[in-house]
Amino acid sequence: MKIMVTAKRVTDPDARIRLKSDLSGIDSEGVEYKLNPFCENAIEEALRLKAKHDGEIVAVSIGGAEATTEMRRALAMGCDRGILVDGADDALDADLVARTIAKLYEKEQPDLIIFGKQAVDGDSNQAAQLCAEYLGLGQATFAAHPNGSAGMTGGEPGLAVADGKVTAMREVDGGVEVVEVAMPAVVSADLRLNEPRLPTLPNIMKAKRKPLEQLSMADLGVDVALKVKTIAFSNPPERKAGVRVADVDELLNKLVNEAKVL
Amino acid sequence: MSDILVVAEHAAGSLKKGTLHVIDFARQAAAKLGGGFDLVVVGPQAAAVAAQAGGYGAGKVYTVEGPAFEQYTAPAYAHAIAEVAAHAGAKVIAGASSSLGKDCLPRVAVKLGAGMASDVVGIGSGNGLTYLRPMWAGNVVGEVEITTAIHVLTVRTAEFDTVEASGGASPVEAVASTFDQATLKQRVVEFRPTVSARPDLSEAAFVVAGGRGVKSKENFSLINDLADALGAAVGATRAAVDAEFIENDYQIGQTGKIIAPDLYIGLGISGAIQHLAGMKASKVIVAVNKDEEAPIFTVADYGLVADLFKVAPELTEKLRKLKSQ
Ligand SMILES: Cc1cc2nc3c(=O)[nH]c(=O)nc-3n(C[C@H](O)[C@H](O)[C@H](O)COP(=O)(O)OP(=O)(O)OC[C@H]3O[C@@H](n4cnc5c(N)ncnc54)[C@H](O)[C@@H]3O)c2cc1C
Ligand SMILES: Nc1ncnc2c1ncn2[C@@H]1O[C@H](COP(=O)(O)O)[C@@H](O)[C@H]1O
Repeated sequence: MKIMVTAKRVTDPDARIRLKSDLSGIDSEGVEYKLNPFCENAIEEALRLKAKHDGEIVAVSIGGAEATTEMRRALAMGCDRGILVDGADDALDADLVARTIAKLYEKEQPDLIIFGKQAVDGDSNQAAQLCAEYLGLGQATFAAHPNGSAGMTGGEPGLAVADGKVTAMREVDGGVEVVEVAMPAVVSADLRLNEPRLPTLPNIMKAKRKPLEQLSMADLGVDVALKVKTIAFSNPPERKAGVRVADVDELLNKLVNEAKVL
Repeated sequence: MSDILVVAEHAAGSLKKGTLHVIDFARQAAAKLGGGFDLVVVGPQAAAVAAQAGGYGAGKVYTVEGPAFEQYTAPAYAHAIAEVAAHAGAKVIAGASSSLGKDCLPRVAVKLGAGMASDVVGIGSGNGLTYLRPMWAGNVVGEVEITTAIHVLTVRTAEFDTVEASGGASPVEAVASTFDQATLKQRVVEFRPTVSARPDLSEAAFVVAGGRGVKSKENFSLINDLADALGAAVGATRAAVDAEFIENDYQIGQTGKIIAPDLYIGLGISGAIQHLAGMKASKVIVAVNKDEEAPIFTVADYGLVADLFKVAPELTEKLRKLKSQ
């Protein structure tokens, strides 16, 4: 089985992102970059499927030269090879990402593409669904391991492959949906799908020698026109810290007489 | 013919409340575009839902029913919605940022050659129709321009009001879909619902949320009891859900539900960026945490540095008394 996984470079999800004072963009001073957490779940799931079904895992990404670091991390986690398509974040939208990955799909012909559910910088949650539609494939978005859900602690995997189909548990409003999709298929991984492994030192060394192909959008023949542009940034409404209360009585008193919510 | 098409969501023959918030967005967008809005209802009992949805001022309510739409799947619903959008001549197609909206609407965008903005929280103030949306877990608000003639959006329901019925009844038109079920490559095997008698987290006026500090599933009854004393919905952090204190449906945050209740009470919650992203818009925030440095205190109107195992039962008890007075 051949699996394609996406590996986006993003700002550290735990960094407190602020805008530059001229509001032209985020202040990346001192901000670290990481592999998108959801992509780590996608990669981990691909590795587990490969352990069961054999095959190859190709990690793909669209980013600048600096995204090589996150590609190497994907390879160190265990992906077999990588493809990095040149493209800067501010020259991308989810639609262009989806069309680029669709081209890579045509080139590589995988049985499964596993995306992260969303990229923690843009928070769009679109690329997997867009790509599935461009390719005319079925989709299982927001795949998750069904822990924490009523009656679902039976140790079922979040994702399973059998008979040319992938079965996924999906975290949706109101419960968990089990969906079966004929392969080739598109999946998007939620955080509860698995616990991503940390690369071991030997694997980090090995990753340095794994093939990493560099392509341009022109190589793939992708139209780089954007459908969605972010034209301005602003700060969200600031919330002032309130007061400390000494005990439950003072709290209730404030809620009743000051905030008047009770 | 209206310029905006709102995707109505429903369950068991009833219109979901989230749709009423999307209608509020549609009215705002229509005021700017100078047109009106239509609704589309896809799926079982669409006609019954259309009758409920028809009192909110839509120019028309379109319905799509049939065997292919008995159970929701993204490819089938996207096909139907795109078909209705083309038929209605819609320029903006908007649905809730629900799991259905997020799953299905990107496929609609591709079918219509449209650009899509997710999680819209407002409309830009310039001349054209631009959209405001949170990025970086809500630390930044971006204003996006969609360069295609048609726009597809998901709307954050917590950021818009629910609309009151304006009376009257919109004309209903049943549309026969050309969707070919034989092309469908997926099927729903099973749905395992989360069952709760408490108010819906996304819509509740009061929310009581518990975090990792609650320590166990058994202890989570302290949160439930407090919620019941208040008539509140229950919520949780990702850590609490991961630890199986409560089901995933109750997660609040960047990757969970986005809420804006009148009162949010968080106990044993540190206040990570990703959690704040889901509850910062609450009108009054109360935090109970034994660590006075916990980041949640930076957004709390009332902070109580204390042990939740003492506070929760006492608060429950005193609220019960207060209510019975
Ligand atoms: C990509 C990404 C997405 C995420 N999405 C979400 C999301 O949607 N929602 C979400 O919630 N999280 C999300 N997270 C996780 C988030 O980063 C935090 O890990 C999580 O919110 C922490 O949950 P917590 O506050 O319950 O636990 P902790 O951070 O462990 O805090 C527990 C708190 O309980 C307090 N406490 C302990 N005992 C007591 C006691 N007896 N009395 C009073 N207080 C006590 C402690 O002082 C502490 O502050 C996401 C993370 C990532 C990377
Ligand atoms: N530039 C990119 N390179 C690789 N993968 C990406 C890129 N942008 C988005 N993705 C993938 O698509 C998913 C959804 O992204 P988004 O729709 O932008 O939230 C992410 O979790 C990634 O897995």
